[in-house]
Amino acid sequence: MRGAKSAKWVAIAAVVALGATACGGGGDKGGDSKAAIDPNGKFSVEVGEPQNPLQPANTMESNGSIVIKALFSGLVDYDSNGKIVMVNAQSIDTKDNKTFTVKLKPGWKFHDGTPVTANSYVKAWNWAANPEHKQTNSAWFADIQGYDDVAPASGKPKSDTMSGLKVIDDNTFTITLSKPIPYFIYKLGYEVFDPLPESFYKDPAAAGEHPIGNGPYKFVSWQHKQSIEVARFDGYKGPNPAKNGGVIFKNYAKLETAYQDLKSGNLDVMRQVAPRDLPVYKQDLGDRAVDQPYSAIQTIAVAFYTKQWKNINPKVLQGLSMAIDRDTITKTVLQGTREPATGWVAKGVMGYQPNAAGDITKYDPAKAKQLIKEGGGVPGNKISIQYNADGGHKEWVEAVCGSITKATGVQCTGDSKADFQADTNARDAHQVKSLYRSGWVLDYPFISNFIRDLFGSKADGNQGGFSSKEIDDLIAKADSAKTLEESEKLYQQVEKELPKYMPSIPLWYYKVNAGYSEKVTNVKYDQSGDPIVTGVEVKK
Amino acid sequence: MGRYVARRLLQMIPVFIGTTLLIFLMVYALPGDPVRGLFGDKATTPSVIRALRHEYGLDKPVLVQYWDFMKGIVLHFDFGKQIASGRPVTEILGEAFPVTLRLASLAFVIEAVIGIVLGVVAGLRAGKAADTVILFFTLLLISVPVFVLGYILQTVFAINLGWLEPSVTDPTDFNQLLLPAIVLASASLAYVARLSRTSVAENLRADYMRTAIAKGLPRRRVVGVHLLRNSLIPVVTFLGTDLGALMGGAIVTEGIFNIHGVGGTIADSITRREGTTLVGLVTILVLVYLVCSLIVDLLYAVLDPRIRYA
Amino acid sequence: MPELTKSADEAVPSATTAAAGAEVSEDKPEKTRSLWGDAWRDLRSNWIFIVSAVLILLLLVMAAWPGLFTNADPNNKDLANHYLQHPNYGHWFQADWLGYDAQGRSVYARAIYGTRASLLVGAGTTVLVVILGGVIGMIAGYFGGWVDAVLSRLTDMFMGIPFLLGAMVMLNSFTDRSIPVVIAALAFLGWTQTARVMRGAVITVKSTDYVQAAKALGAGTGRILFRHVMPNAIAPVIVVATISLGVYIGAEATLSFLGLGLNGVSWGNDISDGGNSIRVAQWIMLYPSIMLSVTVLAFIMLGEAVRNALDPKTR
Repeated sequence: MRGAKSAKWVAIAAVVALGATACGGGGDKGGDSKAAIDPNGKFSVEVGEPQNPLQPANTMESNGSIVIKALFSGLVDYDSNGKIVMVNAQSIDTKDNKTFTVKLKPGWKFHDGTPVTANSYVKAWNWAANPEHKQTNSAWFADIQGYDDVAPASGKPKSDTMSGLKVIDDNTFTITLSKPIPYFIYKLGYEVFDPLPESFYKDPAAAGEHPIGNGPYKFVSWQHKQSIEVARFDGYKGPNPAKNGGVIFKNYAKLETAYQDLKSGNLDVMRQVAPRDLPVYKQDLGDRAVDQPYSAIQTIAVAFYTKQWKNINPKVLQGLSMAIDRDTITKTVLQGTREPATGWVAKGVMGYQPNAAGDITKYDPAKAKQLIKEGGGVPGNKISIQYNADGGHKEWVEAVCGSITKATGVQCTGDSKADFQADTNARDAHQVKSLYRSGWVLDYPFISNFIRDLFGSKADGNQGGFSSKEIDDLIAKADSAKTLEESEKLYQQVEKELPKYMPSIPLWYYKVNAGYSEKVTNVKYDQSGDPIVTGVEVKK
Repeated sequence: MGRYVARRLLQMIPVFIGTTLLIFLMVYALPGDPVRGLFGDKATTPSVIRALRHEYGLDKPVLVQYWDFMKGIVLHFDFGKQIASGRPVTEILGEAFPVTLRLASLAFVIEAVIGIVLGVVAGLRAGKAADTVILFFTLLLISVPVFVLGYILQTVFAINLGWLEPSVTDPTDFNQLLLPAIVLASASLAYVARLSRTSVAENLRADYMRTAIAKGLPRRRVVGVHLLRNSLIPVVTFLGTDLGALMGGAIVTEGIFNIHGVGGTIADSITRREGTTLVGLVTILVLVYLVCSLIVDLLYAVLDPRIRYA
Repeated sequence: MPELTKSADEAVPSATTAAAGAEVSEDKPEKTRSLWGDAWRDLRSNWIFIVSAVLILLLLVMAAWPGLFTNADPNNKDLANHYLQHPNYGHWFQADWLGYDAQGRSVYARAIYGTRASLLVGAGTTVLVVILGGVIGMIAGYFGGWVDAVLSRLTDMFMGIPFLLGAMVMLNSFTDRSIPVVIAALAFLGWTQTARVMRGAVITVKSTDYVQAAKALGAGTGRILFRHVMPNAIAPVIVVATISLGVYIGAEATLSFLGLGLNGVSWGNDISDGGNSIRVAQWIMLYPSIMLSVTVLAFIMLGEAVRNALDPKTR
């Protein structure tokens, strides 16, 4: 099962935002599996126009990454429980979590017939890490030794290759990190670590319009704002060959239109049903409706740099958390598109533990009031929650505010920024007035992605200025664990500590609410909520 | 006439510069940064941000950026590149404009034909029941906001009755464009009808009409030639400037009916802070507007012999 | 917004005719009053005027004292009990009369309370537009020459910006979209038509004998402009203003629909939110839409009636 999507942020048009993305493993029962299957049948999937050229290290948002996933295969992937599956790699071995020896499966070819070698990886990574090539995901290489020489924070680069990457032979290379990371192998599942063919470097821009990869599908055509077509690559040697003849990624500006087309048979697979159709899609589609959680979580983050929250007693935040009636809100305003969270780590991630947050995610107005009082009250007795108006967040922000005010008497308003850009801008500049909505879709299905990358004092995802020496120490301890299992266990302990600090208020996990047509079967969704296109079977 | 046209063309230059500069500055003043926006919630790489900002000239002062941008357009017809996709803006415009142009033209035909017919009927029967019915109908069209009308017509005619396509999947198919074109045309249609009605009613009482009737000309000829020719002058003025307005005002209609035209591109460019794309779009819209108003003024002279441009 | 340029263009021909009417009556000053007097007599017997005036009066009362019409709180949310609760049409004027929205708020209360925002935006924008456009148009028309050339080109520049697009860009840069901010944005882009109409009317009035006479007698420019020119050129501006008041209310709702409207209770916001529930709860979108359409209709009818009354040719 393909998985691990990553840095999929959900932003631009409301369509993308509403159609968030998705997730997790599980999978519905793909309908009537007895129907005759056409192994060469093609089917269509709803997407938006990819925002960037189709270059693996340059694709961050969900519309592009679903196409990249079809065209490229990396070293590893994950299954629905977050376990590693080898794809192009035969083995990845390490003794100290610092130096990794990668052996490739021999005989793999790119779609243009050239072989996939160790150099296809090393050269691609060096190319993408180089700031001159302006790849938006280049920060992913920062763990590798010598990255700072290629992309120094300031000044001129000293080198254009990372010293941590060494080609041993055609099918073997080593990766040396600047310091040990027990779960580094998880990061390797992200598309940024995909290989590139020699032809790519001649004209990267053209390659972004007409990508040549090593994945289960080869590129056919891209008609901008209309469709992208890919066809099964018969030379594919990975564990997940396409069970269909090809995919047409159809571009829709509106999910409502896509839904009409799905019902009338003009579209086969949707990624997310629009809010307008949510109340009726289960009746409309019956067995073909999909409703399952994926590895993403929504929280209310705290701007700890403001006067209001500086040196706050965490009891106040615990109280606010207990004033939110998650059950009612997810069932009504959110129309069942979310599932109440019981911790900070999303489902489908290795290390997820139920009820990690204990009581603080339970709705209890009396206890909420008491905790706030014990903690000295909310400074000013007034809070606001910043959100972007183009992301479909207004409804739940208002409902959360309503719940808090009703339970505790604390005044609460939504602080609406016109769009995602304005929202990010205010967060970057530390101009959030009180609280802000925050969403996190997994980058890789390991618990550290939801703890270290959000609550470490210096983590990129830590935009609220949360800082705790104790938590930092615990994270450092988990990071220096000898094995993956040990690291997982230590991170789980960190999560259990978080209620004492309340770096954010967990709200709910995202769900995929989607559907597919009568023409296809065996449609499943991965941890990032995207349909797993290789597994889809087309009926005759 | 030639001198008049030359003067008008010269006058367009400052207007063109002013309008595009205004939009450029407005977009520049928006909070947020198109390059930073590419990274979303996730980690950024300062060196990549720097490199991208430099490539698109975003590290220069705003007036220099504007100057470079205009220089590119005027000298090489080069509208720059989109920051996210790296594609030339001309390509984006080339995709968006034909779609919107088709939609706007269809709306234009609907508005002109139905509007004038309703207006002439009402004008000829001024004060009678038909006039009142048409008056009420047109006022209603003006009052119901486009987005409400769009939803109503979509639900009733496409989803409930199934007569028309609810949304557009192939923008070259005029059958699919019919419903959105009707919605887009509605308000203008009402204005055309009101305008022709007033004009026809006024001209009915004019001396030349009395003369024509007194000469014994058949009624059809009087109405068809004398009355219409004179009454339609203000209508033509309105229609001329409306084509540009239809193209720039289709944002809501395009959104409701899933049309990938100028409107959607505008909305996307604003949220992504794609200044060059946005200003490129506006540049074309401004040109359309300026050319249309020039043509209207010249048409005026053709239709109304009393007006002569020195 | 196409409607704006439309009403402008429609108003232009009538503006000249109305100005011509004003000019005619100015020849005999004692008849000046009778232009307005005639108009008033005409209006009183016009059913369009009566209907619209009654409606507008009702809306004004609603905006000023919403508590008279409902005792429900438009911001009171109750998800547990009222989520998408159906209308109870027997309960006239009660909180549950027109049902509840997706936050469990009374649709009826919100329809009533939304009146104030819409009327304030409409009236505020119109006043600002008349002042801004009126002054610019008057200066351009009266002084002519290079002043006129500069101001006319400035007007053209603003007219060239597609209205909706301009408003979207402007409102995007404000995070706190209060009523004054929305008014300022709409007026900033909307003053051009008033300026054009005013300029045309002033040019006609300027050449009349009595203005020439006042000049010859050595009256100051300010005195001429405000005592003689403005009162006689204002009629077409008033016509345009009444019609566009309705158009601005519609524009605010359209911007709210696009997610860029007012913060707070507003019909546009409610219509936009109601779109999400349209498959199961049509009433959420329906009632604010009716309120909005009726309000816009009332002002456009009023404008229509006033125009007919002031324009002697259509009488």
